[in-house]
Amino acid sequence: MRIDVNAWLGGYPWRKVPGTSPDALLEAMDRTHITRAWVSHLPSVFWRDPMEGNPWLYQVCKAEPRFRAVPAIQPALPHWEEEVAHAKAQRAVAIRVDPMFHDIDPSGQPMRDLVAASAQAALPLMVAVRLEDGRQRHPLDVAAELPAAAVRALVRSHPSARLVVTHADRGFIEEVHFGSTPDESARIWWDISWVWGPPEDHLEHLIGAIGEARFLFGSGQPLRLPETPGARLELLDIDADRRAAIEHGNAEGLGG
Amino acid sequence: MLIDVHVHFLHSLTPRRDWRARNESRIRAGERIGITWHVSSILGTWGLRSPIYFPSQADVTLANEEQRRIVSEHPHLVRGYVLVNPNYPGQVTSEIARGVAGGMIGIKLAASRRADDSLLDGVADLAAEHHFPVLQHIWQHRRRDMPGQEASDAIELCRLARRHPGVSFILAHIGGGGDWLHSLRAVRHVPNVLVDLSGSGVDGGMLEACVAAVGPERLLWGTDLTMDTGLAKLRYLAHLLSPAELDLVRHGNAVRIFPAGSFPEA
Repeated sequence: MRIDVNAWLGGYPWRKVPGTSPDALLEAMDRTHITRAWVSHLPSVFWRDPMEGNPWLYQVCKAEPRFRAVPAIQPALPHWEEEVAHAKAQRAVAIRVDPMFHDIDPSGQPMRDLVAASAQAALPLMVAVRLEDGRQRHPLDVAAELPAAAVRALVRSHPSARLVVTHADRGFIEEVHFGSTPDESARIWWDISWVWGPPEDHLEHLIGAIGEARFLFGSGQPLRLPETPGARLELLDIDADRRAAIEHGNAEGLGG
Repeated sequence: MLIDVHVHFLHSLTPRRDWRARNESRIRAGERIGITWHVSSILGTWGLRSPIYFPSQADVTLANEEQRRIVSEHPHLVRGYVLVNPNYPGQVTSEIARGVAGGMIGIKLAASRRADDSLLDGVADLAAEHHFPVLQHIWQHRRRDMPGQEASDAIELCRLARRHPGVSFILAHIGGGGDWLHSLRAVRHVPNVLVDLSGSGVDGGMLEACVAAVGPERLLWGTDLTMDTGLAKLRYLAHLLSPAELDLVRHGNAVRIFPAGSFPEA
Protein backbone atom coordinates (compact mmCIF):
# COMPACT_ATOMS: atom_id res chain seq x y z
CA MET A 1 0.00 0.00 0.00
CA ARG A 2 1.21 3.48 -0.87
CA ILE A 3 -0.24 6.87 -0.04
CA ASP A 4 1.09 9.78 -2.09
CA VAL A 5 0.58 12.85 0.09
CA ASN A 6 1.81 15.25 -2.58
CA ALA A 7 -0.25 15.11 -5.76
CA TRP A 8 -1.89 17.77 -7.88
CA LEU A 9 -4.80 18.09 -10.25
CA GLY A 10 -5.16 20.75 -12.92
CA GLY A 11 -2.88 22.68 -15.23
CA TYR A 12 0.32 24.56 -14.47
CA PRO A 13 0.68 28.11 -15.76
CA TRP A 14 4.40 28.12 -16.48
CA ARG A 15 4.94 25.19 -18.81
CA LYS A 16 3.23 22.24 -20.48
CA VAL A 17 2.70 19.39 -18.02
CA PRO A 18 1.08 16.14 -19.13
CA GLY A 19 -1.24 14.06 -16.97
CA THR A 20 -3.09 16.74 -15.01
CA SER A 21 -6.60 15.29 -15.20
CA PRO A 22 -8.17 13.02 -12.57
CA ASP A 23 -8.16 10.10 -14.99
CA ALA A 24 -4.49 10.63 -15.83
CA LEU A 25 -3.60 10.82 -12.15
CA LEU A 26 -5.40 7.53 -11.54
CA GLU A 27 -3.52 5.94 -14.43
CA ALA A 28 -0.20 7.16 -13.01
CA MET A 29 -1.16 5.86 -9.57
CA ASP A 30 -1.94 2.44 -11.00
CA ARG A 31 1.38 2.39 -12.82
CA THR A 32 3.35 3.27 -9.69
CA HIS A 33 1.32 1.17 -7.23
CA ILE A 34 -0.04 4.17 -5.35
CA THR A 35 -3.22 3.27 -3.53
CA ARG A 36 -4.41 6.72 -2.49
CA ALA A 37 -3.38 10.29 -3.18
CA TRP A 38 -3.76 13.49 -1.23
CA VAL A 39 -4.62 15.94 -3.98
CA SER A 40 -4.45 19.72 -4.25
CA HIS A 41 -5.75 21.95 -7.01
CA LEU A 42 -2.73 23.29 -8.88
CA PRO A 43 -4.22 26.22 -10.85
CA SER A 44 -5.61 27.91 -7.77
CA VAL A 45 -2.16 28.23 -6.18
CA PHE A 46 -1.79 31.09 -8.67
CA TRP A 47 -5.26 32.58 -8.26
CA ARG A 48 -5.87 35.70 -6.19
CA ASP A 49 -8.37 33.67 -4.18
CA PRO A 50 -7.10 30.07 -4.18
CA MET A 51 -10.15 28.98 -2.20
CA GLU A 52 -12.22 29.30 -5.38
CA GLY A 53 -10.67 26.02 -6.51
CA ASN A 54 -11.91 24.07 -3.49
CA PRO A 55 -15.47 23.26 -4.67
CA TRP A 56 -14.14 21.53 -7.80
CA LEU A 57 -11.59 19.65 -5.69
CA TYR A 58 -14.29 18.42 -3.27
CA GLN A 59 -16.43 17.32 -6.20
CA VAL A 60 -13.61 15.31 -7.77
CA CYS A 61 -12.65 13.71 -4.46
CA LYS A 62 -16.25 12.82 -3.71
CA ALA A 63 -16.45 10.98 -7.03
CA GLU A 64 -13.13 9.16 -6.62
CA PRO A 65 -12.52 7.32 -3.33
CA ARG A 66 -8.76 7.02 -4.00
CA PHE A 67 -8.41 10.81 -3.79
CA ARG A 68 -8.33 12.73 -0.50
CA ALA A 69 -8.79 16.48 -0.73
CA VAL A 70 -6.23 18.99 0.47
CA PRO A 71 -8.07 22.29 -0.05
CA ALA A 72 -6.32 25.64 -0.11
CA ILE A 73 -6.71 28.41 2.46
CA GLN A 74 -5.56 32.01 2.04
CA PRO A 75 -5.53 33.45 5.56
CA ALA A 76 -5.14 37.06 4.50
CA LEU A 77 -8.57 37.06 2.82
CA PRO A 78 -11.74 37.87 4.78
CA HIS A 79 -13.71 35.00 6.30
CA TRP A 80 -11.11 32.39 5.47
CA GLU A 81 -12.07 30.64 8.74
CA GLU A 82 -15.30 29.51 7.07
CA GLU A 83 -13.22 27.61 4.50
CA VAL A 84 -11.45 25.71 7.27
CA ALA A 85 -14.78 24.69 8.76
CA HIS A 86 -15.98 23.69 5.30
CA ALA A 87 -12.84 21.61 4.76
CA LYS A 88 -13.59 19.76 7.97
CA ALA A 89 -17.18 19.18 6.92
CA GLN A 90 -16.00 17.91 3.54
CA ARG A 91 -13.68 15.40 5.26
CA ALA A 92 -10.53 16.96 3.87
CA VAL A 93 -7.43 15.06 4.95
CA ALA A 94 -5.44 18.29 5.41
CA ILE A 95 -5.50 21.93 4.36
CA ARG A 96 -2.76 23.71 2.48
CA VAL A 97 -1.39 27.23 2.28
CA ASP A 98 1.13 28.69 -0.18
CA PRO A 99 2.13 31.98 1.41
CA MET A 100 4.99 32.76 -0.96
CA PHE A 101 2.67 32.59 -3.98
CA HIS A 102 0.16 34.88 -2.23
CA ASP A 103 2.80 37.36 -1.14
CA ILE A 104 1.98 37.07 2.55
CA ASP A 105 4.50 36.88 5.38
CA PRO A 106 5.09 33.12 5.81
CA SER A 107 5.34 33.47 9.58
CA GLY A 108 3.13 36.55 10.05
CA GLN A 109 -0.07 36.82 12.07
CA PRO A 110 -2.46 35.53 9.38
CA MET A 111 -0.29 32.41 9.02
CA ARG A 112 -0.19 31.94 12.78
CA ASP A 113 -3.95 32.30 12.92
CA LEU A 114 -4.26 29.63 10.24
CA VAL A 115 -1.94 27.31 12.15
CA ALA A 116 -4.15 27.75 15.23
CA ALA A 117 -7.30 27.13 13.21
CA SER A 118 -5.86 23.99 11.65
CA ALA A 119 -4.89 22.71 15.08
CA GLN A 120 -8.35 23.39 16.49
CA ALA A 121 -9.91 21.61 13.51
CA ALA A 122 -7.45 18.71 13.95
CA LEU A 123 -6.37 19.11 10.32
CA PRO A 124 -2.68 18.95 9.36
CA LEU A 125 -1.48 22.06 7.56
CA MET A 126 0.50 21.43 4.37
CA VAL A 127 3.12 23.83 3.00
CA ALA A 128 5.48 23.42 0.05
CA VAL A 129 9.04 24.71 0.08
CA ARG A 130 8.99 25.04 -3.72
CA LEU A 131 7.19 23.56 -6.70
CA GLU A 132 10.04 23.60 -9.24
CA ASP A 133 13.83 23.80 -9.27
CA GLY A 134 14.68 27.47 -8.86
CA ARG A 135 17.12 27.33 -11.77
CA GLN A 136 14.45 26.64 -14.35
CA ARG A 137 11.50 28.74 -13.34
CA HIS A 138 9.66 31.03 -15.74
CA PRO A 139 11.01 34.59 -15.73
CA LEU A 140 7.71 35.83 -14.29
CA ASP A 141 7.52 33.04 -11.69
CA VAL A 142 9.33 35.02 -9.03
CA ALA A 143 7.81 33.90 -5.72
CA ALA A 144 10.54 33.11 -3.22
CA GLU A 145 10.97 29.64 -1.74
CA LEU A 146 9.52 29.05 1.71
CA PRO A 147 12.20 29.84 4.31
CA ALA A 148 13.07 27.23 6.91
CA ALA A 149 12.72 29.88 9.61
CA ALA A 150 9.02 30.17 8.77
CA VAL A 151 8.43 26.47 9.41
CA ARG A 152 10.16 26.74 12.77
CA ALA A 153 8.11 29.80 13.67
CA LEU A 154 4.83 28.20 12.64
CA VAL A 155 5.32 24.98 14.57
CA ARG A 156 6.25 27.00 17.65
CA SER A 157 3.16 29.16 17.32
CA HIS A 158 0.67 26.56 18.53
CA PRO A 159 1.29 23.57 20.83
CA SER A 160 -0.83 21.13 18.86
CA ALA A 161 -0.17 22.33 15.32
CA ARG A 162 0.79 19.61 12.84
CA LEU A 163 2.67 20.56 9.70
CA VAL A 164 3.26 18.54 6.54
CA VAL A 165 6.12 20.06 4.55
CA THR A 166 6.63 19.00 0.96
CA HIS A 167 9.50 19.52 -1.53
CA ALA A 168 12.14 20.06 1.17
CA ASP A 169 15.72 18.91 0.72
CA ARG A 170 18.12 17.51 3.29
CA GLY A 171 19.55 20.85 4.40
CA PHE A 172 16.12 22.36 4.94
CA ILE A 173 14.89 19.36 6.91
CA GLU A 174 17.95 19.26 9.14
CA GLU A 175 17.79 22.98 9.81
CA VAL A 176 14.19 22.82 10.96
CA HIS A 177 14.44 19.52 12.81
CA PHE A 178 17.51 20.38 14.84
CA GLY A 179 16.27 23.94 15.27
CA SER A 180 13.17 22.69 17.02
CA THR A 181 12.47 21.04 20.37
CA PRO A 182 11.67 17.32 20.34
CA ASP A 183 8.00 18.18 20.90
CA GLU A 184 8.01 20.61 17.99
CA SER A 185 9.88 18.38 15.57
CA ALA A 186 7.52 15.49 16.40
CA ARG A 187 4.72 17.59 14.93
CA ILE A 188 6.36 18.05 11.55
CA TRP A 189 6.23 15.50 8.72
CA TRP A 190 8.34 15.68 5.56
CA ASP A 191 7.59 14.17 2.19
CA ILE A 192 10.48 12.51 0.36
CA SER A 193 9.85 14.10 -3.04
CA TRP A 194 13.03 16.25 -2.90
CA VAL A 195 15.34 14.11 -0.74
CA TRP A 196 18.19 12.53 -2.71
CA GLY A 197 19.02 8.85 -2.70
CA PRO A 198 22.36 7.23 -3.66
CA PRO A 199 25.18 7.93 -3.98
CA GLU A 200 24.71 10.97 -1.73
CA ASP A 201 22.21 8.97 0.37
CA HIS A 202 20.48 11.94 1.94
CA LEU A 203 17.33 9.94 2.64
CA GLU A 204 19.25 7.14 4.33
CA HIS A 205 21.12 9.71 6.41
CA LEU A 206 17.96 11.54 7.46
CA ILE A 207 16.11 8.38 8.42
CA GLY A 208 19.08 7.41 10.56
CA ALA A 209 19.34 10.87 12.09
CA ILE A 210 15.71 11.76 12.77
CA GLY A 211 13.77 8.53 12.26
CA GLU A 212 11.38 7.15 9.70
CA ALA A 213 8.38 8.39 11.65
CA ARG A 214 8.89 11.86 10.26
CA PHE A 215 8.68 10.92 6.57
CA LEU A 216 5.84 10.53 4.13
CA PHE A 217 5.68 9.11 0.61
CA GLY A 218 5.20 12.09 -1.70
CA SER A 219 5.85 12.65 -5.38
CA GLY A 220 4.74 16.12 -6.45
CA GLN A 221 3.13 14.51 -9.49
CA PRO A 222 2.36 15.42 -12.20
CA LEU A 223 4.85 18.30 -11.92
CA ARG A 224 7.40 15.61 -11.07
CA LEU A 225 7.59 11.97 -12.13
CA PRO A 226 5.47 9.76 -9.85
CA GLU A 227 8.11 7.03 -10.20
CA THR A 228 10.62 9.00 -8.13
CA PRO A 229 9.71 8.27 -4.49
CA GLY A 230 9.26 4.59 -5.24
CA ALA A 231 12.69 4.46 -6.90
CA ARG A 232 14.11 6.26 -3.89
CA LEU A 233 12.72 3.66 -1.48
CA GLU A 234 13.76 0.80 -3.74
CA LEU A 235 17.40 1.87 -3.46
CA LEU A 236 17.21 2.28 0.32
CA ASP A 237 18.39 -0.34 2.81
CA ILE A 238 15.49 -0.38 5.24
CA ASP A 239 13.38 -3.11 6.84
CA ALA A 240 9.80 -3.75 5.81
CA ASP A 241 8.19 -2.12 8.84
CA ARG A 242 10.07 1.14 8.44
CA ARG A 243 9.40 1.16 4.71
CA ALA A 244 5.70 0.63 5.37
CA ALA A 245 5.67 3.53 7.79
CA ILE A 246 6.97 5.84 5.08
CA GLU A 247 4.85 4.36 2.32
CA HIS A 248 1.55 4.58 4.18
CA GLY A 249 1.65 4.14 7.96
CA ASN A 250 2.69 7.67 8.86
CA ALA A 251 0.12 9.15 6.48
CA GLU A 252 -2.59 6.95 7.95
CA GLY A 253 -1.64 8.25 11.38
CA LEU A 254 -2.31 11.73 10.08
CA GLY A 255 -5.77 10.68 8.98
CA GLY A 256 -5.17 9.75 5.39
CA MET B 1 22.61 -3.89 -21.02
CA LEU B 2 22.37 -0.55 -19.22
CA ILE B 3 25.06 2.11 -19.68
CA ASP B 4 25.26 5.13 -17.38
CA VAL B 5 27.05 7.80 -19.43
CA HIS B 6 27.29 10.42 -16.68
CA VAL B 7 29.06 9.15 -13.60
CA HIS B 8 31.46 10.71 -11.11
CA PHE B 9 33.63 9.00 -8.57
CA LEU B 10 35.45 10.67 -5.70
CA HIS B 11 38.96 10.04 -4.41
CA SER B 12 41.02 10.71 -1.32
CA LEU B 13 42.22 14.18 -2.35
CA THR B 14 38.84 15.94 -2.31
CA PRO B 15 36.92 17.86 0.38
CA ARG B 16 34.75 14.78 0.94
CA ARG B 17 35.84 12.65 3.88
CA ASP B 18 33.09 10.20 2.94
CA TRP B 19 34.47 9.68 -0.56
CA ARG B 20 34.87 5.94 -0.18
CA ALA B 21 31.33 5.48 1.14
CA ARG B 22 29.92 7.50 -1.76
CA ASN B 23 31.81 5.44 -4.32
CA GLU B 24 30.64 2.22 -2.69
CA SER B 25 27.09 3.51 -2.58
CA ARG B 26 27.22 4.20 -6.32
CA ILE B 27 28.44 0.70 -7.10
CA ARG B 28 25.84 -0.85 -4.80
CA ALA B 29 22.97 1.19 -6.24
CA GLY B 30 24.21 0.39 -9.73
CA GLU B 31 23.90 -3.31 -8.98
CA ARG B 32 20.30 -2.82 -7.86
CA ILE B 33 19.40 -0.72 -10.88
CA GLY B 34 21.14 -3.17 -13.20
CA ILE B 35 23.83 -0.85 -14.54
CA THR B 36 26.23 -2.78 -16.72
CA TRP B 37 28.75 0.01 -17.33
CA HIS B 38 29.46 3.24 -15.42
CA VAL B 39 31.19 5.78 -17.70
CA SER B 40 32.90 8.11 -15.28
CA SER B 41 34.91 11.29 -15.05
CA ILE B 42 36.58 13.05 -12.14
CA LEU B 43 36.68 16.83 -11.96
CA GLY B 44 40.12 17.44 -10.49
CA THR B 45 40.17 17.47 -6.72
CA TRP B 46 36.51 18.53 -6.57
CA GLY B 47 37.50 21.96 -5.30
CA LEU B 48 40.11 21.00 -2.72
CA ARG B 49 43.15 22.44 -4.52
CA SER B 50 41.60 24.18 -7.53
CA PRO B 51 38.01 25.02 -8.56
CA ILE B 52 35.82 22.13 -9.65
CA TYR B 53 35.14 23.62 -13.07
CA PHE B 54 38.55 25.26 -13.48
CA PRO B 55 40.91 22.44 -12.48
CA SER B 56 44.61 23.21 -12.41
CA GLN B 57 46.98 21.24 -14.60
CA ALA B 58 48.14 19.24 -11.60
CA ASP B 59 44.56 18.42 -10.64
CA VAL B 60 43.66 17.43 -14.19
CA THR B 61 46.54 14.97 -14.24
CA LEU B 62 45.68 13.65 -10.78
CA ALA B 63 42.00 13.23 -11.69
CA ASN B 64 42.85 11.26 -14.80
CA GLU B 65 45.24 9.04 -12.86
CA GLU B 66 42.50 8.40 -10.30
CA GLN B 67 40.03 7.69 -13.09
CA ARG B 68 42.36 5.14 -14.65
CA ARG B 69 42.89 3.56 -11.22
CA ILE B 70 39.14 3.16 -10.69
CA VAL B 71 38.77 1.62 -14.15
CA SER B 72 41.57 -0.82 -13.36
CA GLU B 73 39.85 -1.75 -10.08
CA HIS B 74 36.57 -2.42 -11.90
CA PRO B 75 37.58 -3.50 -15.40
CA HIS B 76 34.23 -5.13 -16.10
CA LEU B 77 32.09 -2.32 -14.69
CA VAL B 78 33.69 1.11 -15.13
CA ARG B 79 34.87 3.02 -18.19
CA GLY B 80 36.34 6.51 -18.17
CA TYR B 81 36.44 9.92 -19.81
CA VAL B 82 39.66 11.92 -20.00
CA LEU B 83 39.22 15.26 -18.21
CA VAL B 84 40.78 18.22 -20.02
CA ASN B 85 41.01 21.94 -19.30
CA PRO B 86 41.11 23.59 -22.75
CA ASN B 87 43.02 26.58 -21.36
CA TYR B 88 46.13 24.36 -21.43
CA PRO B 89 46.27 23.05 -25.02
CA GLY B 90 49.59 21.29 -24.56
CA GLN B 91 48.27 19.35 -21.63
CA VAL B 92 45.08 18.50 -23.52
CA THR B 93 47.16 16.59 -26.05
CA SER B 94 49.27 14.77 -23.49
CA GLU B 95 46.34 13.86 -21.23
CA ILE B 96 44.31 12.48 -24.11
CA ALA B 97 47.32 10.47 -25.28
CA ARG B 98 47.72 9.02 -21.79
CA GLY B 99 44.00 8.36 -21.67
CA VAL B 100 44.03 6.48 -24.96
CA ALA B 101 46.92 4.37 -23.74
CA GLY B 102 45.08 3.77 -20.46
CA GLY B 103 41.85 2.62 -22.06
CA MET B 104 39.73 5.74 -21.67
CA ILE B 105 36.82 6.05 -24.12
CA GLY B 106 35.73 9.70 -24.17
CA ILE B 107 36.57 13.28 -23.26
CA LYS B 108 35.03 15.30 -20.43
CA LEU B 109 34.81 19.06 -20.66
CA ALA B 110 33.84 20.79 -17.44
CA ALA B 111 33.10 24.51 -17.65
CA SER B 112 36.59 25.93 -17.97
CA ARG B 113 35.97 27.59 -21.33
CA ARG B 114 32.93 28.50 -23.43
CA ALA B 115 31.89 25.53 -25.56
CA ASP B 116 32.10 27.53 -28.79
CA ASP B 117 35.58 28.91 -28.09
CA SER B 118 38.23 28.19 -30.72
CA LEU B 119 40.38 26.52 -28.06
CA LEU B 120 37.91 23.68 -28.09
CA ASP B 121 38.54 22.94 -31.76
CA GLY B 122 41.78 21.21 -30.86
CA VAL B 123 39.94 19.06 -28.33
CA ALA B 124 37.33 18.16 -30.94
CA ASP B 125 40.02 17.27 -33.48
CA LEU B 126 41.55 14.83 -31.01
CA ALA B 127 38.10 13.43 -30.26
CA ALA B 128 37.59 12.80 -33.96
CA GLU B 129 40.99 11.13 -34.25
CA HIS B 130 40.17 8.65 -31.49
CA HIS B 131 36.40 8.35 -32.15
CA PHE B 132 35.79 9.72 -28.65
CA PRO B 133 32.50 11.41 -27.77
CA VAL B 134 32.78 14.67 -25.83
CA LEU B 135 30.70 15.11 -22.68
CA GLN B 136 30.21 18.86 -22.15
CA HIS B 137 28.98 20.24 -18.82
CA ILE B 138 25.97 22.42 -19.58
CA TRP B 139 23.96 25.00 -17.72
CA GLN B 140 20.59 24.65 -19.47
CA HIS B 141 20.00 28.15 -20.81
CA ARG B 142 22.64 30.29 -19.14
CA ARG B 143 21.15 33.72 -18.57
CA ARG B 144 24.25 35.11 -16.90
CA ASP B 145 27.67 33.97 -15.77
CA MET B 146 27.59 31.98 -12.58
CA PRO B 147 30.33 32.03 -9.98
CA GLY B 148 32.66 29.08 -10.25
CA GLN B 149 32.05 28.11 -13.84
CA GLU B 150 32.24 29.55 -17.33
CA ALA B 151 28.97 27.88 -18.09
CA SER B 152 28.03 27.07 -21.63
CA ASP B 153 24.58 26.35 -22.87
CA ALA B 154 23.21 24.35 -25.76
CA ILE B 155 23.52 27.22 -28.24
CA GLU B 156 27.27 27.31 -27.73
CA LEU B 157 27.67 23.54 -27.76
CA CYS B 158 25.76 23.39 -31.04
CA ARG B 159 28.12 25.96 -32.60
CA LEU B 160 31.04 23.68 -31.74
CA ALA B 161 29.17 20.60 -32.92
CA ARG B 162 28.43 22.18 -36.30
CA ARG B 163 32.13 22.86 -36.78
CA HIS B 164 32.90 19.19 -36.05
CA PRO B 165 30.10 17.13 -37.60
CA GLY B 166 32.07 13.90 -37.28
CA VAL B 167 32.27 14.10 -33.49
CA SER B 168 29.47 13.11 -31.10
CA PHE B 169 28.85 15.68 -28.39
CA ILE B 170 26.87 14.85 -25.27
CA LEU B 171 24.83 17.69 -23.79
CA ALA B 172 25.19 16.94 -20.10
CA HIS B 173 22.41 16.41 -17.56
CA ILE B 174 19.24 17.76 -19.13
CA GLY B 175 17.75 17.39 -15.63
CA GLY B 176 20.69 19.09 -13.98
CA GLY B 177 19.27 22.56 -13.60
CA GLY B 178 18.20 25.38 -15.85
CA ASP B 179 15.75 25.76 -18.70
CA TRP B 180 15.82 22.39 -20.40
CA LEU B 181 13.18 23.51 -22.89
CA HIS B 182 15.67 26.04 -24.21
CA SER B 183 18.33 23.35 -24.64
CA LEU B 184 15.96 21.00 -26.41
CA ARG B 185 15.00 23.65 -28.94
CA ALA B 186 18.66 24.41 -29.57
CA VAL B 187 19.80 20.83 -30.23
CA ARG B 188 16.85 19.77 -32.35
CA HIS B 189 18.54 20.18 -35.74
CA VAL B 190 22.13 19.34 -34.79
CA PRO B 191 22.34 15.58 -35.30
CA ASN B 192 25.73 15.04 -33.67
CA VAL B 193 24.54 16.38 -30.30
CA LEU B 194 23.02 13.77 -28.00
CA VAL B 195 21.09 14.52 -24.81
CA ASP B 196 22.11 12.93 -21.53
CA LEU B 197 19.07 12.42 -19.30
CA SER B 198 20.90 12.62 -15.98
CA GLY B 199 20.38 15.13 -13.18
CA SER B 200 18.17 15.44 -10.14
CA GLY B 201 15.36 17.03 -12.16
CA VAL B 202 12.39 14.72 -12.70
CA ASP B 203 9.97 17.23 -14.16
CA GLY B 204 6.77 15.88 -15.57
CA GLY B 205 6.85 16.49 -19.32
CA MET B 206 10.63 16.70 -19.57
CA LEU B 207 11.12 13.23 -21.03
CA GLU B 208 8.25 13.71 -23.48
CA ALA B 209 9.93 16.94 -24.60
CA CYS B 210 13.27 15.16 -25.01
CA VAL B 211 11.73 12.49 -27.21
CA ALA B 212 9.86 15.09 -29.25
CA ALA B 213 12.99 17.19 -29.76
CA VAL B 214 15.60 14.62 -30.74
CA GLY B 215 13.89 11.21 -30.79
CA PRO B 216 15.03 8.13 -28.88
CA GLU B 217 18.02 7.81 -31.25
CA ARG B 218 19.75 10.78 -29.58
CA LEU B 219 19.00 10.13 -25.92
CA LEU B 220 21.49 8.64 -23.47
CA TRP B 221 20.63 7.39 -20.00
CA GLY B 222 22.67 8.64 -17.06
CA THR B 223 22.54 9.53 -13.39
CA ASP B 224 25.17 12.11 -12.36
CA LEU B 225 24.69 12.88 -8.62
CA THR B 226 21.30 11.22 -8.13
CA MET B 227 20.84 7.59 -9.09
CA ASP B 228 17.31 7.45 -7.68
CA THR B 229 16.11 10.01 -10.19
CA GLY B 230 17.91 8.06 -12.91
CA LEU B 231 15.96 4.96 -11.95
CA ALA B 232 12.70 6.92 -11.90
CA LYS B 233 13.36 8.21 -15.43
CA LEU B 234 14.21 4.72 -16.61
CA ARG B 235 10.88 3.45 -15.26
CA TYR B 236 9.00 6.29 -16.89
CA LEU B 237 10.76 5.74 -20.22
CA ALA B 238 9.55 2.14 -20.17
CA HIS B 239 6.04 3.57 -20.12
CA LEU B 240 6.82 6.16 -22.81
CA LEU B 241 8.88 4.21 -25.39
CA SER B 242 8.66 0.93 -27.25
CA PRO B 243 11.06 -1.82 -26.07
CA ALA B 244 13.30 -1.23 -29.11
CA GLU B 245 13.41 2.52 -28.47
CA LEU B 246 14.11 1.96 -24.80
CA ASP B 247 17.06 -0.27 -25.69
CA LEU B 248 18.55 2.60 -27.71
CA VAL B 249 18.41 4.85 -24.65
CA ARG B 250 19.64 2.17 -22.26
CA HIS B 251 22.66 1.20 -24.33
CA GLY B 252 22.28 1.23 -28.12
CA ASN B 253 23.09 4.90 -28.64
CA ALA B 254 26.05 4.76 -26.27
CA VAL B 255 27.47 1.72 -28.03
CA ARG B 256 27.15 3.62 -31.31
CA ILE B 257 29.00 6.80 -30.26
CA PHE B 258 31.79 5.38 -28.08
CA PRO B 259 34.78 3.59 -29.62
CA ALA B 260 34.07 0.11 -30.91
CA GLY B 261 34.49 -2.56 -28.26
CA SER B 262 34.08 -0.18 -25.31
CA PHE B 263 31.27 -2.20 -23.76
CA PRO B 264 31.77 -5.92 -24.18
CA GLU B 265 28.85 -8.04 -23.09
CA ALA B 266 29.39 -9.82 -19.80
